[in-house]
Amino acid sequence: MGLLAVALLMFAFQLARLKDDPTESRFERYGFWVLGAGTVVLGVGVFLRGVAAQRVPWANMYEFAISGALMILTIYLISLRVKDVRYVATFVTGFSLVTLFAAVSLFYVEVKTLMPALQSYWLVIHVVVAIMATGFFAIAAGFHIFYLIKAAGVGRALMDRFPDLRQLERVAYRFNMVGFVAWSFTLIAGAIWAERAWHRYWGWDTKEVWTFIIWVVYAGYLHAMATRGWTGKRAAILGLIGFGAVIFNFTIVNLFFKGLHVYSGL
Amino acid sequence: MRTALFLLLLLALAAIPGSLYPQRSADPNGVRLYFDQQPEIAALLDSLQLFDVYTSIWFSAIYILLFVSLVGCVLPRTQVHLNALRAKPVETPQKLERMPAYVTAAAKGDQLDRAEQVLRSRGFRVRRLDDSVSAEKGYLKETGNLVFHYSLVLLLIAVGLGGGFSFSGQRVLVEGDTFVNNLASYDAFSPGPLFFENELQPFSMTLEDFEVVYDLRNPANLGQPVDFIANVTLDDGLTNSNSDIRVNFPLEAPGANVFLTGNGFAPVITLYDGVGNIAFSGPVVFLPQDSNMTSLGVIKAPDASPEQIGIIAFFYPTAQELESGAYASIYPDPIDPLLTMNVYLGDLGLDAGIPRNVYALDITDLDLIAGRDGPNPPIELRVGEMAELPGGAGFISFDGLKRFASLDVAYNPGGLWIMVFAFIALVAIVFSLSVRRRRVWVRQLAGKIEYAALARGDDDGLEELIVDLRKEIEGD
Repeated sequence: MGLLAVALLMFAFQLARLKDDPTESRFERYGFWVLGAGTVVLGVGVFLRGVAAQRVPWANMYEFAISGALMILTIYLISLRVKDVRYVATFVTGFSLVTLFAAVSLFYVEVKTLMPALQSYWLVIHVVVAIMATGFFAIAAGFHIFYLIKAAGVGRALMDRFPDLRQLERVAYRFNMVGFVAWSFTLIAGAIWAERAWHRYWGWDTKEVWTFIIWVVYAGYLHAMATRGWTGKRAAILGLIGFGAVIFNFTIVNLFFKGLHVYSGL
Repeated sequence: MRTALFLLLLLALAAIPGSLYPQRSADPNGVRLYFDQQPEIAALLDSLQLFDVYTSIWFSAIYILLFVSLVGCVLPRTQVHLNALRAKPVETPQKLERMPAYVTAAAKGDQLDRAEQVLRSRGFRVRRLDDSVSAEKGYLKETGNLVFHYSLVLLLIAVGLGGGFSFSGQRVLVEGDTFVNNLASYDAFSPGPLFFENELQPFSMTLEDFEVVYDLRNPANLGQPVDFIANVTLDDGLTNSNSDIRVNFPLEAPGANVFLTGNGFAPVITLYDGVGNIAFSGPVVFLPQDSNMTSLGVIKAPDASPEQIGIIAFFYPTAQELESGAYASIYPDPIDPLLTMNVYLGDLGLDAGIPRNVYALDITDLDLIAGRDGPNPPIELRVGEMAELPGGAGFISFDGLKRFASLDVAYNPGGLWIMVFAFIALVAIVFSLSVRRRRVWVRQLAGKIEYAALARGDDDGLEELIVDLRKEIEGD
């Protein structure tokens, strides 16, 4: 089941790559069909995991990763209806694929019963919003990357097919904006939960530290976007640093740092 | 803005070391371990306050500067914004064609009244001038921005004051024991700098029963605890109420919440000394050492005669003998509980007036009379059994098994306010980020009509706005 989703996404990945050539729009169409199908299969997989565990499917690293991949793809497919952002399909599919690969090969754990500390409805609220925020940040990171490539003037033949820099910057800003609001919410919800579970709303646990760092970096990004001379490349780099911190928080902090958020299950 | 940006990035950077080095606030044992293992590096790190990053001078300096710059920026902007809120929209500029969005159309009679009407219905604040209409909307953007920043300041104040008046105390309670809420009853107590003793409201709490529910269905984690339930009776002087404290579900006691933070076994032991007197009797709190609840406990009987008796005991809820003859616990629930004891005689060092850890026994000056490396084998007891200590030192019996709960009594008056300000900030930032501040002008000239718009900041919807407005005003 998981493998099927991966295979389909890989297929979509290869096809969607071809869409950069406007004359080959048939491939592009197929690519998005397959991407849609892959997302549905992944959605079924995540749902079944929830059924198997008899709870929400995002209580450990493996589940967070598969739900995260599903969330990114869903956000992306929805935003396609709002705005023409086809050009980041390669990045979004590729990133989801890497996430799924890591989940299946590195983070996989059998269904386990929740430890008492995780038995709370805040698990639903706090984590689902965290996944959403991560999804928006991830897609924004795609725009940042293409912005920087295009601004550097590398690969002109390909990059000319992308929208102009202003447009890339603007769309990235939108995604980061939503991500920032969601991240703020997840931080607040986390504090409320921590007050119930650990009898203090904030204790500079390693995960709390990194959540704070990410929030501050993205706050910096939003300030940069409003500061003359800091928009463009610098803001894009800040956005990427922010997303790097998100990834760091999910991987390195989970696996190697000592703290209270020990939910990886590995 | 540039200063704020710089300080924000500096703050993010300064927060990193707090996740790399153990912090006294979150992980005091980690700090102790660091000092044991690398004392020189630890001393150096400590002098740089790297074990107390978030209360350090340099971290505090950054966020205080940040908030000073924030206030310094927001105060004048508030004045400007209040003026803007009271003022009418600006006079129509001379050269509208220089605006980022601009269209002209042939005039079909006087359409300024219509323009005024349309703009008003779209939520613009409108000012009618001789030959033009000037309109502005989106004041909520700046309002949201200012409210967001003020909320952050108030939030920081709430954090400071709340922490000042806060307290948290720890207490270990064995089943059947009662805790009375006063300073002397706590095993450990950490008050904030503004704490006063009257904050402790009178109540008493009895731990009636402590239950651990183990997972017996899922083979992937068989025997993992899935629920801890402390059943307590709370007496606030007027009424008695019985309730459960569980992880994530603290008990609301008068003036504080009671949280469940740990648990373990407390075997009930009676020790008779060499002359037949009871030298010790009661439950002994054993500290869990592993996930199968192998637990370590210490019994001190300074009143025993002829010699004082000290015991280091291991408790195995479900004991299994290893090949070496030692025991291990193979399951956390007491299915086949066993107590093994090393017994020492000699001066326990309790009479010198030096405070001693009740969970540790200093054996350097004691004689081992029973133990794995001693002259006699260790004492082994199951529930209900009694054994004689070697050399006529006395008798010991294992009378029963109880559980204990570690409880945290905590109070922080800042919490509610912090939540309120955080949510206000959240709502405000949504407005600040999503609302657009726009100015629109419509000018009627001889034979033509001009439409122009200007936005604060980047706005890709201006052209569309103008086209829409024109359609609506001209009615086609």
